[in-house]
Amino acid sequence: MRLRTEPFVLNIGPVHPSTHGVFRMRATLDGEVVVDLEPVFGYLHRGIEKLAEERTYGGVIPLTDRLDYVASVTNNLGYVLAVEKLAGISVPERAEYIRVITSEMQRIAAHLVSVGSFLNDAGAYFTPFLYMYRERENIVDLFDMVCGQRLLYSYMRIGGVSQDLPDEFLPALRKFIPRMRSRIDEYDWLLKENEILLARAKGVGVLPRETAINIGASGPVLRGSGVKWDLRKADPYSVYDRFEFDIPTGEIGDCYDRYRVRIEEMRQSLRIIEQAVKQIPPGEVRSEVPHLLRPPAGEAYAHVEGATGEVGFHVVSDGSIAPYRCHIRAPSLMNLTALKDMIVGWKVQDLILIFGSFAITMGEVDR
Amino acid sequence: MTTSLLASEVAKQISERLPGAVVEASDTAILVVGSSLLDVATFLKDTAGLDFDYLTTITAVDYYQYFEVIYLFVSMEHNHNLFVKTRCPRENPSLPSLVSLWRSADHQEREIYDLMGITFEGHPNMKRIVLWPEFQGHPLRKDYL
Repeated sequence: MRLRTEPFVLNIGPVHPSTHGVFRMRATLDGEVVVDLEPVFGYLHRGIEKLAEERTYGGVIPLTDRLDYVASVTNNLGYVLAVEKLAGISVPERAEYIRVITSEMQRIAAHLVSVGSFLNDAGAYFTPFLYMYRERENIVDLFDMVCGQRLLYSYMRIGGVSQDLPDEFLPALRKFIPRMRSRIDEYDWLLKENEILLARAKGVGVLPRETAINIGASGPVLRGSGVKWDLRKADPYSVYDRFEFDIPTGEIGDCYDRYRVRIEEMRQSLRIIEQAVKQIPPGEVRSEVPHLLRPPAGEAYAHVEGATGEVGFHVVSDGSIAPYRCHIRAPSLMNLTALKDMIVGWKVQDLILIFGSFAITMGEVDR
Repeated sequence: MTTSLLASEVAKQISERLPGAVVEASDTAILVVGSSLLDVATFLKDTAGLDFDYLTTITAVDYYQYFEVIYLFVSMEHNHNLFVKTRCPRENPSLPSLVSLWRSADHQEREIYDLMGITFEGHPNMKRIVLWPEFQGHPLRKDYL
């Protein structure tokens, strides 16, 4: 006979080291086992969609930085693509390549943060995290060269990017690629077959393929569940159709698969950067766009494959200088839909790990 | 490349099965009657050749006289997409919920309820998501501020 204990409500967050931001989970426990879970959102809600209605089209770009703040370039890109689609603006070829290079650098930087904090949650307390921050620092330095910012870049502009790459950038990036590649091999050597990590993450927090599609999951969460769906291949934007790369997928959709997908994606991003650096043409980086842009009345949806998944912007114009409506499709919010199903039945320490394997950013969930 | 299905063609298919459900159709989007939204969505999900298995995003827009809610459906199998729109009046706005078909509607419909004030009938947990329960008003409405 199994003894039941008195149900106990454990409040995790909003301020807690493993919630990666201000997220709260009301977990009901039976002993150590989670029997119910209620996610509570909204602690970082800044009303970005409303704020966007009060700004000019160009003025919204800094707001998009503050969505997924560890991957601001891809957010910028999603927004400017939507506005360019709406207003019919073309982008110089060099700017397209710069967009791809910076987006892929950003993806590596964001994956380093997510993998590092995931391993932190798995119990490898801060050792891998600091190694990954060492590499992230190199990428941040490169971004510093490009636009003078280290976190919230606001680098994209409607019709291109804010400024051309400085002369020292491409040589520095060429040096960075082989170094980063050997560092990823080093992580694998340390962690791929690590017994503790395997015991903690294999088979834990399984998100089946059908559920992943049904909840609208995207990014490494969807691909971890074995769905070969990446917008860079499925619906190529910018110049992604000119590069060769693979889409890494997991097998069963457990925490370990999501972790592996992120590691492999970093390798693929390096492949894309390598090809883009070889192909990048000279020329303009920004087309002529009026400062107070007035796109014709209408609407447009554009999406990019961000670090957490499909970042989409639905922009509605009424012909004035400000967007009439700017809806943001936040991948993290959708990825969290099945959180309860995945956690119920597991112990509290697995809850932390499963939640960590989503690598959400609260700036994006709450907006 | 994701192909956008010609909305007027899909609208014809819908009208054959569900007469009266489609209000109008352009090349890019179908406008359907709010009360038959769930039937249309079921049709889109279950019809062979359409197979919309992925609900990407739901957007609500306040046009002062009415609210417009825009759904973007994607089929991962065929790699095509379709925009479906529906409208509801500003007085007691309400639409059928699509959570029974796609769970991705769960958080999104709650967010629209919270910020735009549209109730989704049949949603299992229709309460505010980002604002606190005592909050008055719906900030994304144009007349809020």
